[in-house]
Amino acid sequence: MKFLEFCFSRKGAIAALMMTLSFLAVSSLLAQTAAAPAAATTAAAPAAAPAAPAISAGDTAWVLASAALVLLMTPGLAFFYAGMVRKKNVMATIMQSFAMIALISVQWVIFGYSWAFGDGTPWMGGFKWLMLNNMPDVSPLAPTIPHYAYMIFQAMFAIITPALICGAYAERVKFTGFVVFSLLWASFIYDPVCHWVWSPNGYFSTLGALDFAGGTVVHMTAGYSALALALLLGTRKGYGKESMPPHNLTLVLLGASLLWFGWFGFNAGSACAANGLACNAFVTTNTATAMAAISWCLIEFFHRGKATTLGAASGAVAGLVAITPACGFVNVAGSLWIGLLVSGFCYLAIQVKIKLGYDDSLDAFGVHGVGGTFGAIATGLWAVKSVNGHDGFFAGNPAQLWIQVQTVLATMIFSFLGTVVLYFLVEKTIGLRVSAKEEELGLDLSQHGEEGYING
Amino acid sequence: MKRIEAIIRPSALRGVLDALKKVGYPGVTVMEVSGHGKQKGITESYRGQSVEGLLPKLMIVAVVDNDQVEEVVEVISKAAKTGEIGDGKIFVSPVDNAFRIRTGEKGDKALN
Repeated sequence: MKFLEFCFSRKGAIAALMMTLSFLAVSSLLAQTAAAPAAATTAAAPAAAPAAPAISAGDTAWVLASAALVLLMTPGLAFFYAGMVRKKNVMATIMQSFAMIALISVQWVIFGYSWAFGDGTPWMGGFKWLMLNNMPDVSPLAPTIPHYAYMIFQAMFAIITPALICGAYAERVKFTGFVVFSLLWASFIYDPVCHWVWSPNGYFSTLGALDFAGGTVVHMTAGYSALALALLLGTRKGYGKESMPPHNLTLVLLGASLLWFGWFGFNAGSACAANGLACNAFVTTNTATAMAAISWCLIEFFHRGKATTLGAASGAVAGLVAITPACGFVNVAGSLWIGLLVSGFCYLAIQVKIKLGYDDSLDAFGVHGVGGTFGAIATGLWAVKSVNGHDGFFAGNPAQLWIQVQTVLATMIFSFLGTVVLYFLVEKTIGLRVSAKEEELGLDLSQHGEEGYING
Repeated sequence: MKRIEAIIRPSALRGVLDALKKVGYPGVTVMEVSGHGKQKGITESYRGQSVEGLLPKLMIVAVVDNDQVEEVVEVISKAAKTGEIGDGKIFVSPVDNAFRIRTGEKGDKALN
């Protein structure tokens, strides 16, 4: 019985997790000694596949640079969120994003990439590429760059997605519970949805769903999971009674700016090539973001009488979210519409949240869930063939809109329900919410034993 | 010995310090404080959600001999006055004792 108790205790769960990870690592290492180190040598052997297009140095350089750009988005997100919380939770909030860089980087190379992009069923990748073994030299999704470049580019997406959810449960989660939940979430929600939409044999991929850079895969999964968690975890102590204004708006703006910068890698990098399509994605991304910052400020100006910096930053992020699935399918006119309209939906969602009284603390759902849903639908509305070979509703192809709606619904339901299951799994074992006392003290001190701002 | 606490507009600090220097009272401590008087605070808005904000003020603290109180209060009042609501307030209260850490001097000697 003592052993069982240990298994369900906090330390036991962490031990089990670490053991599983090390087992996977060791077994895969053993397998690798038998196989030749394949991918590392491919760049030096261009004659590998005669029929396939050659590896392009330019494309490879752009995708690797993009991967680095996308990595920078996660610290950017950390600052964006950390500025919005109270002073006593600043480091814990930064740590939640930073921890994802470390954890998912490891998860991704051990099994995440295989689960998301490996062959398997239309619903889930397989185990064939564990530890990146047995991967073909190039991915069919990016035929002109080494497979490793595509893999590490995708790793950055897998890192930022669970970090986005942090906005919903800010200021009240236990670090240990958060780590276990995020690992489970990345493995059992992100990896499958990523497979459905992006893997060549994924269900919605074969159906013809358009998601250029992750409106459904990244923002909707994170957004609807955020909503589920905000509802399940309950409000922060004192929510609605105490005012909880952002403690450092300069950090928020720094973070938003880093997100905007990194997003060029996210969106334009998703062309997986340094070509015209990447340029289209770059331009539509910048345009929609700028337009959304303007429209958010305008809404605030008419609703509250003043345009705020937090509003400009929120609008910019909402615009980035909404243009993500669309950036490689719509032209500049489409991106202007998307930027103009997304702020209205997100702003409305946040006002409704305030009325309903649930505590999506930093509006992870309000911005990523709502903005992502709008973006996925908008892709089906404004896509034009001249950009990337697909027409949307306004170009006379309503069928595309229906495909988008199906993908949206499936992602919504799966992310929401999957998160409910994972929440109970973690909450009933090691616990996800801190005690009232720890919450009062602040997560910096109670979870990490440090403070962000110290006198002297 | 009296303690003078003057809550003033941040923009009045330079003028108050210069005026105090002219009459020879350089020993002050300045703190950033926030609050509101009759004029109330400012309503702030974060993503459309209203928060009652406080107004930023500075508090100048000086401990002086009893016979200097009147002059110091007058100098501060004159320098900090704009005539608009929100110029601030000055509080005067008794102080039991004072010690200069470096020399161990006590009472009035520790002040000057």
